[in-house]
Amino acid sequence: MQSRFTSALFAALLTLLLGSLLLGVTMVSEGIDLVLELSEPHKIYGLIIGAALVFIIQYFKQEVGAVTTRLRGDGSFEMPAFIRTPKQQRLWGFMAVGALLIFPFVSSRGAVDIATLTLIYVMLGLGLNIVVGLAGLLDLGYVGFYAVGAYSYALLNFYFGLSFWVALPIAGLLAALFGFILGFPVLRLRGDYLAIVTLGFGEIIRILLNNWTDLTGGPNGIARIPKPDLFGLEFNRRASEGGQTFHEFFGIPYSSEYKVIFLYLLAFALVLLTLYVINRLIRMPIGRAWEALREDEIACRALGLNPTVIKLTAFTIGASFAGFAGSFFAARQGFISPESFTFIESAIILAIVVLGGMGSQLGIILAAMAMTILPEMAREFDEYRMLLFGLMMVLMMIWRPQGLLPMKRPHLELKRD
Amino acid sequence: MSESIFYFLQQVTNGLTIGSTYALIAIGYTMVYGIIGMINFAHGEVYMMGTYVAFIALAGLSMLGIDNPLLLIGLALMVSIMVASAYGFTIERVAYRPLRSSKRLIALISAIGMSIFLQNYIRLAQGSRDIAMPSLIQGGFLMGDPNGSHIMISYMQIIIMISTVICMVGLTLFITRSRMGRACRACSQDIGMTNLLGINSNNVIAVTFVIGAALAAVAGMLLGLYYGVVNPYIGFMAGLKAFTAAVLGGIGSIPGAMLGGLILGVTESLTAGYLTAEYKDVVAFSLLVLILLFMPSGILGKPEVEKI
Repeated sequence: MQSRFTSALFAALLTLLLGSLLLGVTMVSEGIDLVLELSEPHKIYGLIIGAALVFIIQYFKQEVGAVTTRLRGDGSFEMPAFIRTPKQQRLWGFMAVGALLIFPFVSSRGAVDIATLTLIYVMLGLGLNIVVGLAGLLDLGYVGFYAVGAYSYALLNFYFGLSFWVALPIAGLLAALFGFILGFPVLRLRGDYLAIVTLGFGEIIRILLNNWTDLTGGPNGIARIPKPDLFGLEFNRRASEGGQTFHEFFGIPYSSEYKVIFLYLLAFALVLLTLYVINRLIRMPIGRAWEALREDEIACRALGLNPTVIKLTAFTIGASFAGFAGSFFAARQGFISPESFTFIESAIILAIVVLGGMGSQLGIILAAMAMTILPEMAREFDEYRMLLFGLMMVLMMIWRPQGLLPMKRPHLELKRD
Repeated sequence: MSESIFYFLQQVTNGLTIGSTYALIAIGYTMVYGIIGMINFAHGEVYMMGTYVAFIALAGLSMLGIDNPLLLIGLALMVSIMVASAYGFTIERVAYRPLRSSKRLIALISAIGMSIFLQNYIRLAQGSRDIAMPSLIQGGFLMGDPNGSHIMISYMQIIIMISTVICMVGLTLFITRSRMGRACRACSQDIGMTNLLGINSNNVIAVTFVIGAALAAVAGMLLGLYYGVVNPYIGFMAGLKAFTAAVLGGIGSIPGAMLGGLILGVTESLTAGYLTAEYKDVVAFSLLVLILLFMPSGILGKPEVEKI
């Protein structure tokens, strides 16, 4: 009993030590001197409450441990009864697609906008899932390929006047090429080295975009990137030279909502395509090889699989989806700058994959929705968003490293008892 | 002719100054990697917090009326080391120890989460803008002709180099002579066997994190005084650079980290001085990639053998 109390007290005092200087006082510049001020009351209360919480949690460690063990579960996850068979799953899938198709016509413009953003993250999450979730390669520079896609479209349009539809496949191919070139040398490296090297590559791409002012416009970025058109029909109020607008063609009054809805549907189509392609891939030998590699590289080599080639395909295909997402992002924003492609963006995409459950596509879709819609709903907590992201990543790894909705394969297992 | 030599020497001096702080941070990476084989991604944030605590301590102490610069620096250094060590200890306890037996990637993701958390914690607690510190120690030695070609070594640079040497000597003595140092070396060779021999490896790992954090705090304080500014985002880049230094010297090897830090600092400084300042970070990353590809065990590291 004694040691329980002392360890709790120690933890609480440690919390106070950690927080007292960094949280309790704030630095203020007065002339050229730096002086200290007591922080705002809410920080001080936060510190005291935090220390008290730490004390309580440490004191009731065993009880808390029991709860978290239950939270962790045994790693398995059962779908509810009404979506268990493949037939039911397909039915629900179709219903979800139908609902999402109707959605933009019945909801507000703002909601459709957020939904479009969510779809971009779904695409990025699914793409990164190939690399991290299926092949088990931690890629911390994924945002680099996203940047390549976005800048491909922006630059091809700026210098050569290529339209979105021509640039989209080129952007995907360029991103894949980058993935191939970068992946080729680094894939021999072991897991955590690979992570740091990809992080370095992501940063190199961003620094290049930032400093190569002649080509990319540097930190000012590229503005006035045209929106995609529908078979040559534009969504602007007035047609550009030699063009035709959507509302004139159909003889309906102009509304800016058409553009928003069109972008949403386009993103939705891209996501469906991504899902389709990935679902085919993971049933192909290459997809199975990815997962085998994740589980045991040495066994894979013993079975005659070439790890470098397999890793390279995962890296390249994953990068190409980031390229598609990037060029769509550039078209939707109309403006891009290196600011949008920092490491934090990579970390957010990684957090989506981790939260959803590595390898699980449904999980990733739900996680992407949670990651984009929750911050929109809780705008007043916007400041704390990244703080909570970081905390969540740590807690998820400790409690549920398999994610909220782990991937499940039909399998048989010998019961051991 | 002589002017270009002076310019070169000046760049090398600046490089050695920065490089010795990289070396101090790199030791934290290399010791942790040597023992538990994980990349402590949050180490750069410990360095950043060390700078913040040092600035707070300096401001607080000068408000109390202490105005001897060396005394100020000494006291602030002690505060900074204490708080940063506490952070190092807590980070290991909270985010890494529960994951000791999991896969490496799981621990790395947790470390990334910790890094994001700490960076934003400081951003919320101390604001995201630059905080400037008036320089405490000015002046320096001038060598050569003051009006013509010369090199300038500031007192601050000398303090940085001397402190680094003191830390390195202290650490080397600790590792080679003390009981705990011997336990550290034993753990880095075979942690399971060390446990069997009655050494509590959890304590050894905790000590490793504390030492790494303390050295990062020293680096944070010195570099903070040298540059005179701090913001919550400096940890990311410094961490990556120091990791590069650790890999360059051979991860797991303490003399390697020292050597790697100095080489990286000089390389960077020469790049900035002769080629281009904008791309000096690119040079550091390219160096990292090239070493990992062609010399994965670094200059002084041992090649890693994968056992089944």
